[in-house]
Amino acid sequence: MREVAVIGVGMTKWGELWEKSLRQIFVETALLALEDAGVGRIDSMYIGSMSPGLFIGQEHIASLLAEYLGKIPVPAVRVESACASGGVALRQGFIEVASGLSDIVLVGGVEKMTDVDGSEATYALGTAADQEYEGFHGITFPGLYALIARAHMARYGTTREQLAMVAVKNHDNGSMNPLAQYPFKITVDAVLNSVLVADPLRVLDCSPITDGAAVVILSSLSTARKLKKPLIKIAGSGHATDTIALSSRKDITWLESTFQAAQKAYKMAGKKPKNIDLVEVHDCFTIAEICVTEALGFFDIGKGGEAVQNGLTSLKGKIPVNSSGGLKAKGHPVGATGVAQVIEIVKQLRGEAGQRQVKKARVGMTQNMGGSGGSALVHIFERI
Amino acid sequence: MHGIVGYGAYIPRNRIKVEEIAKVWGADAPSYKKGLMLEEKSVPSPDQDTITMSVEASKNALRRAKINPADIGAVYVGSESHPYAVKPSGTVLAEAIGATPDVHTADLEFACKAGTEGLFLVLGLVKAGEIKYGLAVGADTSQGAPGDALEYSAAAGAAAFIVGKENVLAETIETYSYTTDMPDFWRREYQYYPRHGGRFTGDPAYFKHIIGAAKGLMAKAKIKPIDFNYVIFHQPNGKFPLRVGEILGFRKEQILPGWLVSKLGNTYSGSSPLGLTATLDISKPGDMIMIVSYGSGAGSDGFIFKVTRRIQEARDLAPKTRDFLDKNKNYLEYGVYAKFRGKIRKAE
Repeated sequence: MREVAVIGVGMTKWGELWEKSLRQIFVETALLALEDAGVGRIDSMYIGSMSPGLFIGQEHIASLLAEYLGKIPVPAVRVESACASGGVALRQGFIEVASGLSDIVLVGGVEKMTDVDGSEATYALGTAADQEYEGFHGITFPGLYALIARAHMARYGTTREQLAMVAVKNHDNGSMNPLAQYPFKITVDAVLNSVLVADPLRVLDCSPITDGAAVVILSSLSTARKLKKPLIKIAGSGHATDTIALSSRKDITWLESTFQAAQKAYKMAGKKPKNIDLVEVHDCFTIAEICVTEALGFFDIGKGGEAVQNGLTSLKGKIPVNSSGGLKAKGHPVGATGVAQVIEIVKQLRGEAGQRQVKKARVGMTQNMGGSGGSALVHIFERI
Repeated sequence: MHGIVGYGAYIPRNRIKVEEIAKVWGADAPSYKKGLMLEEKSVPSPDQDTITMSVEASKNALRRAKINPADIGAVYVGSESHPYAVKPSGTVLAEAIGATPDVHTADLEFACKAGTEGLFLVLGLVKAGEIKYGLAVGADTSQGAPGDALEYSAAAGAAAFIVGKENVLAETIETYSYTTDMPDFWRREYQYYPRHGGRFTGDPAYFKHIIGAAKGLMAKAKIKPIDFNYVIFHQPNGKFPLRVGEILGFRKEQILPGWLVSKLGNTYSGSSPLGLTATLDISKPGDMIMIVSYGSGAGSDGFIFKVTRRIQEARDLAPKTRDFLDKNKNYLEYGVYAKFRGKIRKAE
């Protein structure tokens, strides 16, 4: 298996991009990534996108985007694994370059979510849950994560304030990210007094509805060396599944797919949690970040909330979590999220993260998951 | 000099509180009160509609104008709730106040700015010398689908303005309109309730057009925010007009006298016009007033008026807007409100 590097990254400002279409958002972003990589040729494209069919009434988007990027006839594939679509696209691109079948692969993620109203968006996102056993009973994702939060609070003593601190910390980081949808700070009080969505989760515990794209360019390490780019290697890749219905889990506070994916990634990279300098995790809701940091092995089970409170996950903490602002402040265009996490890690490892730069960052991790953890991807990146 | 020679308001006495609506739908009343700054809204009685409210407001405008209604050469009623799909509201109004038959009449519709459209037209006709007086009315018994966010704000009320060249109480300094095609809110033929684009109704719709109109108007008139005593923006909820005022550099004290929405709701075509009548009620000679409406679809009409000495005599000739708003209120329960608004389907 060949070694694989990330040679280019591209991202544009996320938000409610009413004046732009999906193809426009993607192409603008992809051109930035190609320019950053300094390459014109690509051998194939993988696009993570959860539900363009429900959001904009358009399927078959991989070919569409290849066309509008001016890259036909390269092979282009859209991959879908709910909110982990971007992470799966990355892994597919990684596998293709590692296999030697392609040398330069474009990996993108894109979602255009604001062309539909709130209830249609909630429905589209809800299709990532088990429709027959969960959806038909009326539950939506805020409800599922609220159940996880309640269970975590009851079992481990995680507090309402600790949940709020996740959002506050991510907004602190996001305030230094000019591409974030919400680049401003919030307070614990603001979270606790925001509109109730699904008890105990309030609106400021929830990631927003976002339009946006993220694109990275992968190549073999040997090609990367020729381009004289900072060498950011994909050191580990793990992918795992779990029941998509929360009710089928033995323990709803434990994200087994994230744990399994992390174990694979750690093993491939030859790393342990203590070797990771920073991590981007899937904080679709504040409780998710707490559960994920436990499943990744950064904190003992049940201690994720306490870790946030003690500042262990802040920019200068033991393991900075979501230096980009996370899904909460940066935004969550579902298919693009897994790819945008890679961009943050690459920027950090290159030392290009500006005000939010984590000092001496050499090894970074991304964790991206679908639904309530029915799929999870963990990748480890290393500057060499 | 041309401008407003008489103005009048009308607001039905029925009210329903945000809590009463939220209770029925299991919604979070505090979040509506805090987030949208709404407390209660006006509700028309079963025998009230856009026409009856237009007549009430126009009679009040006539009391202040002290003119012969037969001298009114144009009557325009702006509303998105004209009682008839085909048959004008304006003819009933013109007949009721004694302006017929030597009069031009038209019904206007442009979501929440149909009222200021009429004002725009009569100001032009009077200035051109085509008519001696013109009457412009903004009135609505606006609709919000049960349970929808709009149900907390959709209210009823009317404001009327008589425009002329003699005995002007507020002189027209400048007008300006800002319009683009923007599908933020609509109701198609045969649909009972309007639809809206959620958050899309904010930045690209309300804020873009009001800011565009206000800036264009102030640039045209070479007047800065600090030079105004009062300013009125369209009031779909409590928050938007205060925020757009802040963005444009106005102080709360300039906005609040015409800010009626928390106790009134959104009276659509009557919204910013009622804000103007409430502001005229308390203004002094020499005061500078700006009003910028907003209608989904979308556009904003902006006007700058300078109040004259005649306001002192005219304002007490008819009931004040705040009196309609604050006095003689009758609170409804949701069931009676639903009956009054035709939300209950009875046997044919």
